[in-house]
Amino acid sequence: MPLLTMREAISQALWEEMERDERVFILGEEVGVWGGTYAVTKGFYDHFGPERVRDTPIAEAVIVGAANGAAMAGLKPVAELMTINFAFLAMDQIVNHSAKLRSMFGGQFTVPVVIRAVGGGGRQLGATHSQTPDVVFAHFPGLKVVAPGTPHDAKGLLKAAIRSEDPVIFVEHATLYHTRGEVPEGEFLESIGTSKVQRRGRDVTLVTYSKMLQLSMQAAEVLAQEHIEVEIVDLRTLRPLDMAPVIDSFKRTNRAVIVEEGWRSFGVGAEVASRIYEEAFDYVDAPIQRVGQKEVPLPYNRTLEQLALPQVEDIVRAVREVC
Amino acid sequence: MNREQLLRIYHTMFLIRRLEEESATLYQQGKIGGFLHLYIGQEALGTGVISARLEKDRVITAYRDHGIAIACGMEAKVMMAELLGKATGCSKGKGGSMHLADVSLNFWGGHAIVGAHLPLAAGMALADKYRGSDAVTICFFGEGATNIGYFHEALNLSMVWQLPVLWVCENNQYGMGTAVERASAVTEIRKKAEGFGMPNARVDGMNVMEVHEAGQSALGHVRSKGPFLLEAVTYRYRGHSMGDPERYRQREEVERWQREDPIGLLRRHLLENAQIQPAELETEDSRVEVEVREAIQFAEASPEPEAEALFADVYAEDALVAEVR
Repeated sequence: MPLLTMREAISQALWEEMERDERVFILGEEVGVWGGTYAVTKGFYDHFGPERVRDTPIAEAVIVGAANGAAMAGLKPVAELMTINFAFLAMDQIVNHSAKLRSMFGGQFTVPVVIRAVGGGGRQLGATHSQTPDVVFAHFPGLKVVAPGTPHDAKGLLKAAIRSEDPVIFVEHATLYHTRGEVPEGEFLESIGTSKVQRRGRDVTLVTYSKMLQLSMQAAEVLAQEHIEVEIVDLRTLRPLDMAPVIDSFKRTNRAVIVEEGWRSFGVGAEVASRIYEEAFDYVDAPIQRVGQKEVPLPYNRTLEQLALPQVEDIVRAVREVC
Repeated sequence: MNREQLLRIYHTMFLIRRLEEESATLYQQGKIGGFLHLYIGQEALGTGVISARLEKDRVITAYRDHGIAIACGMEAKVMMAELLGKATGCSKGKGGSMHLADVSLNFWGGHAIVGAHLPLAAGMALADKYRGSDAVTICFFGEGATNIGYFHEALNLSMVWQLPVLWVCENNQYGMGTAVERASAVTEIRKKAEGFGMPNARVDGMNVMEVHEAGQSALGHVRSKGPFLLEAVTYRYRGHSMGDPERYRQREEVERWQREDPIGLLRRHLLENAQIQPAELETEDSRVEVEVREAIQFAEASPEPEAEALFADVYAEDALVAEVR
């Protein structure tokens, strides 16, 4: 199987879907002539032309708003937000429109929009450009929130997102674009709303997603040397949340650690832990642990920034705590 | 316009007026919940512009949407059922007064966040242009919406991308209780279009014939050349919504505008210039009364939505419905 970077996998998914379906088009800041600020859409403008690869003004509210409108009228827009932090400028469109146009009008409207947003910390971009606010979007019924952690899943899930009839927030972690992984040749789709076991182990269930999947895999290697076998469940989609593989694993290991890059307060860990307690309380052998970002706006200074972000050692420590 | 068209316009405007009056009563009786924004006084505006559209032209508006819905051809009973939150309403009782829509009539809502539907209009127009259609999207909004960022982002984009949108500003003088001159640096709203290099016009929004003509010419411009802003000067007789104490204006001001009532103006025109007999108008009036009475009866007799409807239509892909929590 060929090894692709995350960037190549995402780019392939977009390219293939645009070739397959003329209704699919891209809009966003610098997606065209520039080739995408993260080079995901490099070469698209020359191949698909300015009608299908549309450079927009720096105006997030109308980028997402126009994408919503075009989706209502039957197209399949893929809007790119240069960073997920700018999604806050389009929050009303995402929360009050993408998520609600269908149910609020009794099912009359369909809004098959994909909003690609680049998130995550670790690049010394300061507090406003480094956030991991994925859970904010997952709060709202009507949205689907997808955040892949491998090139394989990124390709399969983005293709599924573009084919979905529902609005999808597709979160790409900025520091994963160079991550390589095996991606099958040819056509394949991954199912939105399904978690996936990325590593088998009998001692503890580690629940994570996106960038933290990579760190968790490294932590599992360290722990394996201590004869602690970690089972890793990658959520891949935050809404709708597929808990079945988590509960299934937890009933065998009776221990869980949840790892997310964002702040722990009201986060993925809080949600997943609650559901484990609700659905498998009798199987709990140790208090569930959560790993997440320190509760501060991310600083610019590299040392301080890394101190705030979850590290492999934090994950290792949390696992030891429950084992 | 010929006699038949004029009578149809009269019928629509009077139907809107009477439905709104009855809605106010139903609200006071507690049968309509939430907010209720009445279109009384502005009937000529929506009716005039929409009477100039082609079937393929889309219409989208803000939350003061009852009159626009009726002008687009929505049946009175379907609208009334939505106001009463019934399963037979156009949005199955999930939207209410502010969220009327009927895609089959090319009426795309009824949107309750000020300014937010302007980008939606731009996107729908983009879809039509993308497919090579010459359909126009007609987007109504109040003068209050021209002070929010959405207005500027959407109008700018419509010019940059040459999107077929007719922007129609319903300048009814007040954004809630704040007079236009207290909220907008420019009170002649059409001038704001100049900043985007967009052609524009201002029309008397109380005169349905003038609105119709201005709408027709603006639609022609959009279809052949590009976006256009039409400002129509109008006035709402009632408060912003029900329960508005109206401390921000004098009774005399309201009465001054009522002397130029759009329906009264049209009646005079029909009788004096269009050879329409008083008896014909009376016939039209009684048809409207029957329609209004039947609409209320239908809405009151309609069933409430079933409890199962709670989880319906949240996602297009039904498999997910069980997991919406």
